Amino acid sequence: MFIIRRILIANRGEIAVRVIRTCQRLGIEAVLATSGADADSVPARLADRTIMIGPADAYLSVETVVGAAVAAGADAIHPGYGFLAENPRLARACEAAGIIFVGPGAEVLEAAGDKLAARAHAVAAGLPVLPGGPVLPAGPAGPADPAGPADPAGPADAGALAQRIGYPVLVKAAGGGGGRGLRVVRDPAALAEAVAVASAEAQAAFGDPRVYLERYVSPARHVEVQLLGDGQDVIHLGDRDCSVQRRHQKLVEEAPAPLLGETLRVSMRVAAVALGLQLKYQGLGTVEFLVDTRRAAFWFLEINARIQVEHPVTEAVTGLDLVEEQIAIAEGRGLRLSQASVGFAGHAIECRINAEDPAAGFRPSPGTVTSAVFPAGPGIRVDTHIQAGSAVPPQYDSLLAKLVVSGADRPQALARLRGALARCQVAGVTTTLPLLSAMAGDARFAAGGVEVGWLARWRERETPSVRDENG
Amino acid sequence: MDLTNEDVADVLALLDSLPYDELDLQTARFRLILRRTADGWTQSAQSLSAPAGLSAPAGLDAAAPGPPAAAPGPPAAAPGPPAAAPGSPAGGAGADAGAGLVAVRAPLPGTFYRAPRPGAAPFVEVGSQVGADTVVGIVETMKLMNSVTAGVDGTVAEICLGNAEFAAHGATLLRIRAD
Repeated sequence: MFIIRRILIANRGEIAVRVIRTCQRLGIEAVLATSGADADSVPARLADRTIMIGPADAYLSVETVVGAAVAAGADAIHPGYGFLAENPRLARACEAAGIIFVGPGAEVLEAAGDKLAARAHAVAAGLPVLPGGPVLPAGPAGPADPAGPADPAGPADAGALAQRIGYPVLVKAAGGGGGRGLRVVRDPAALAEAVAVASAEAQAAFGDPRVYLERYVSPARHVEVQLLGDGQDVIHLGDRDCSVQRRHQKLVEEAPAPLLGETLRVSMRVAAVALGLQLKYQGLGTVEFLVDTRRAAFWFLEINARIQVEHPVTEAVTGLDLVEEQIAIAEGRGLRLSQASVGFAGHAIECRINAEDPAAGFRPSPGTVTSAVFPAGPGIRVDTHIQAGSAVPPQYDSLLAKLVVSGADRPQALARLRGALARCQVAGVTTTLPLLSAMAGDARFAAGGVEVGWLARWRERETPSVRDENG
Repeated sequence: MDLTNEDVADVLALLDSLPYDELDLQTARFRLILRRTADGWTQSAQSLSAPAGLSAPAGLDAAAPGPPAAAPGPPAAAPGPPAAAPGSPAGGAGADAGAGLVAVRAPLPGTFYRAPRPGAAPFVEVGSQVGADTVVGIVETMKLMNSVTAGVDGTVAEICLGNAEFAAHGATLLRIRAD
């Protein structure tokens, strides 16, 4: 066991603010790595110290980040989410430099980052997966067999596999994840082309050309289970519903997942813990599932080996500080919680306030925030890195703030959400606020349990002139 | 360190019992404005502390960050011609006075890419024939790839920004001699 006294936070934006706050509450010195674009940001003002690491993309350099941690005399690096958070090279470089990486070990990061390896682990742990498997792009010199024991036959002929799965099929990139590198194929004639293009794009985007097919299930919901492990024991911290998405990216999340049914909910939690045990999971992670509530069926999608954007809804219903738990695990204290000691109370909903124009296909809207007013009061939490005068640089993602509301039950949380959204005012950049307000007032959303394609269809109905890219 | 959500909640609990509708609290470190509205309270917080920079150790600030491994964007493709000065900002695509050239401008601020992916050939070179719908580059803004089209039929006369260079909003990316 080791006591962490100084953490280098290798991230920016709201998650940097979030991690700084827990560090300061725990009496841990928070040193923030900042790019030139973020030198004057809110997290830079809140951190105990800042260390300049270079141009806008410096957050992506393992050598620069580890060098900054060594220079700052930090005991540990917290990677936040995105950037290097799930990069096994950072975990290894930390180990080599004698610095604690706040996250799972390199082997788990590798297994989670390779979607085919993760799928094989899920099969080994007894989780249901969608029919599918790795395929070869047409033509010579396909990729080597990546799948391991779960796919003894190796990459298959795409046409034959798709025929067996049944159309429509989804073409996915082994190195992708988080909604990137997805492609739906409805027509067998379009399959070969889709596989070839997906493979070329995957090579360009992730440096890995391997693709696989899975059955495309629609309508379906996206439900995930939060895990916490210490390398031996693994517990779950409940579930979240993240079905409200635009462009395969989450916009609204809630905990617990509404209208799931207790049998299904318990089965998913048990399955997620089984996968965590199979991986000897250490730290905070999330197992994502696709759910068909009408048939009470669910399938493993992927595992995310980091803290997630939507973690505050879990904190709201469990009363836990997940960053504090991450740090405790990183210090080698072992799990401080037993499954029985984790209680769940109430309902929480998170809305992502992004610098995007929903009326223009969610086009990004960088610029300078001229004013930022947020709601305050019981059951309301706002995680943000913006204030009047904050720059919203074009080099980074568009998340400005997360509005998290909670109540004794979903109706109370929803009522608070509507009042809270009405009190949000962000000027200077275009935001998703008007869309979120309209959506919070919609009867179908209020009923709960919408599926993944709902937001796109709802928007086309509400604003027929707007065509979403949500395909 | 400034106010936490819990601090704000404590202040609100106190304010709720008082007849005031607004609190404007400023210290050396922060300013907090709380206002009572028909729907409930609003907060407007401002951190006023200056960042406390560590002096950068020798070598660190000079350490060039490595290539963004597996970054979503198309990084360095075929090197462009020597970067010319960034184009004049503001204004949509339009004729450059007198030159007979049409400027293709960045629709959003972001990183300009000349090729669809690393290692691929650039979309266009000087002398390329283009149609109005020909894609001549990509501007990456907030992780979203925005294709830039020529907007006019003609020939590429000049490429004004190098690959992976930052383009301001409305910056001239290239100039086209219209047919």
